[in-house]
Order: sequence, then C-alpha cells, then structure tokens
Amino acid sequence: MNKEKLKVDPIKNGTVIDHVTAGKALKVADILNIENSTKEIMIGLNLSSKKMEKKDIIKIENREISKQEANSIALISPTATLIIIKDYKVVKKFGIDIPKEIKQHIICPNSHCITNHEQVKTRFILAGKNPIEVRCAYCEKKYFIDEVKFSF
Amino acid sequence: MKHLISMQDVSTKDIMKLIDLADKIENKKINVDMTGKLAALLFFEPSTRTHFSFETAVKKLGGNTFSMSGTNSTSVKKGETLSDTLMTISMYADLIVMRHIIEGAARFAAETVDVPVINAGDGTNQHPTQAMLDLYSIKKTQGTLENLTIGLIGDLRLGRTVHSLSQALSDFNTKFYFASPSHLQMPKYITDDLDKKGIQYQELEDIKEVMHELDIMYVTRIQKERFAVLEDYEKVKDSYIITKKLLEGVKNNFKVLHPLPRVNEITTEVDNTKYAYYFQQAKNGVYMRQAIITELLNLKY
Repeated sequence: MNKEKLKVDPIKNGTVIDHVTAGKALKVADILNIENSTKEIMIGLNLSSKKMEKKDIIKIENREISKQEANSIALISPTATLIIIKDYKVVKKFGIDIPKEIKQHIICPNSHCITNHEQVKTRFILAGKNPIEVRCAYCEKKYFIDEVKFSF
Repeated sequence: MKHLISMQDVSTKDIMKLIDLADKIENKKINVDMTGKLAALLFFEPSTRTHFSFETAVKKLGGNTFSMSGTNSTSVKKGETLSDTLMTISMYADLIVMRHIIEGAARFAAETVDVPVINAGDGTNQHPTQAMLDLYSIKKTQGTLENLTIGLIGDLRLGRTVHSLSQALSDFNTKFYFASPSHLQMPKYITDDLDKKGIQYQELEDIKEVMHELDIMYVTRIQKERFAVLEDYEKVKDSYIITKKLLEGVKNNFKVLHPLPRVNEITTEVDNTKYAYYFQQAKNGVYMRQAIITELLNLKY
C-alpha cells in the first residue's frame, strides 16, 4: 500500500475531486456547499503529487457532482479532475472546462455595478485563462478570479 | 441591431453601416420618417448636451419626445425600482434613450423592456453614441478610418469617451499616442485589449514631440479635482493645454476633436484655425444619432 492510499481512504460510491489547486479545497468545498452536508467527506490539503508540486483532494461519499457544479469549481481550480466512483470502481473521469459564461455565482466587486443595485442575476464572461480573468457583462469591468467573491 | 448599449457589441460592419446612413441623412440623400413615434429621453443623471442632441435628432426625424432630467420629481425618488420605472415607460414609448450613473444600467434596461434602448452613458462605463459620432467625425475629416495616427490627450483613466473610442478604432489598424499625467493613464484593461489585437500604442507625458505625426488629436479635460495636491496640477496643466503654437508644423489633414464641454484645455485662439473641428463634431452627433434611431426603429426612408 503506497503512502497516498494510507493518507486518504477509498470511497465506495461518490466523487473524488483530485488535483485541486493546493490551498483551494476549502473554497471548493464551500462552493459545493458540502459543509452543511451529512455525507462522509474527506478533504486533504497540500498533499504531494506527481503532476503538481502540491495538491488538495476532496472525496465525497454518495454524491455525484454535476457538470454545472464542476464548472463552478473550474474558476477556483482549473486543474481539478473529477472521478466518479461506483462500487469502488472508476466509472467516469474528466477534467473540467472553464465555462465561457458564468451566470449568477460571481458577485461583481464594482459597487457601482447595476447587479449590486437591482434584482438581477450576475453574468460574467471569461476574459483570460492564465490567470483566469472574468468580465462583468453589465458594468464591463474585468477582474482576476482571486478578486471576486462567490455566492452559491 | 436591436439596442445600442456598448461598443463591444458593435461590429465593424455596423460601424460602417451607421456612418453611411449618417452621411445620407446629413446630405439629404434620404428622407427618414419617424412620424407617430415617441422617444423617452430618460436622463437619470442630467446632461444638457447629449440630451439636447437626442432631442434634436428625434425632432428632425419627425418624431416626438418626452423627457426626464434628474430624479427629483419622479417616482424613483419615492423608491420605485429601475425595473418598474423602465417597464412603465416602455408601455408609452417606442424607444428609450437612457443615461444613468450606475454602470450596466443600460444593459439591464435592454434586458428588461421590449422596446429598443440606446445607452446615453452609464457611469464610467460606455457612451457608444459619442464613440459613433467621433468615428463619423474622423471618417468625414480623413476620408477613412484605416491606418490613422491618433493622439488621445488628457484624463485617459476616467474618461469613458476615450475608452469607447480606442476600443472602436482598434479594428482599423490605428496607431495611438496616449498623453496623460502618469496617474491618469489609459487603464490596463484597455491597453491589454490593444496588445491582444497587436495595435501599436505609445504612452507619453507630453504630446509635443509627436504632433507632426498626428492625423487626429482627441482632447479631454483634466479636472483639477483629480489631483490630491494642487501644486501637482499646476506643474502639469500646461502640457495638456492646446495652443495655436503647439499646432505649428502639423499635417495638413490634422484635426482637433473634443467631446465638449471645454473649459481651458483648448485655447479659444485655436477655434479660428482650420484644425478646430469640435463644434462640427457636436453637429455630427445629431446626424449620427438620427442614423442610430433610424436603424434601431427600422424606420422607412
């Protein structure tokens, strides 16, 4: 048994989110709203990785993360891989695409933006990938992803 | 085109089409009929110049207007949401022209109502009819929009006019000079876009050395209030005042543009030179706004 397996137990059914950008797992957990979940969840921070220098990992029992939820994670951790497990076997494995348009989840940091004044869902357009930049479809201001707050 | 909200949505083809239409209206090659149509001019933030320009444009087309300037005597003051105000107005009007201090308000309006919306300025964001009339003025004076050398001078950080204009011109292989005090430089998101498109630009503190290269100089006002220390303003202010002397040796086709109102950044002695074009530019605004209304309302001519 190698060291990594010792660190994080396998799950029977559910989702493993691997290769999460180191230090971002708690934010990802927040986005997926798993802190209020009663399911079994394991979170590993700053684990050593062959692909990345360090990575985080999240294992969620009995929950299959949807494509839309995965896209939300992409903004925080574009490197993440999702692995769907059934009966201890990998049934699906996919990297996540950064969506071209993000509806509703980003709060515009511009206090003069209409989205902070009227009942309107925010809409952001992907403006750069490395690092990730988004542009508000309303006030047209551009922000690095680290500059914005989320609501899910 | 259903609405005119941002120059980001306007293609090169749209720009050329609107310029062509404005030219036909100005030269009376067509006669557009807006009879029986009503435009709501909603200036939540008051503006004399743009307001009058739109009013003139609608009336010259044979249409009619009703107006609001400021929010003091309106239901907005009573706490009505912008959405409700717009929905109600859209029940009366065929077209909404709107200026609002909140950024993105025009986009929101276009998504809220069924009638066409024209953004007449939303906070520090966009002022697309100004950009379009600037492009029309440049085309009229230079015969083309392609391969021109254009100097933008003044407050380039907060002036939405220069942002919209530089974005719009970036599809025409323009060479830019940006002259401003260091803390009022063109924002990075604009220069990033120019970099992506491979557009040549140079940032200067003084425009003098490149005057002989320019086809157009676009002047904006530097407000004293933007300087924390008055002495700093006094030090730089003369570098951004356009005098007759500065224009010695410029190209024959050279023109000075300014969105107006002017305070002291172009001396009045320049007004009588063949290079001054800012008042004609304001007049061009009426033709361009007529063209935009014609296009959005699909008016017959």
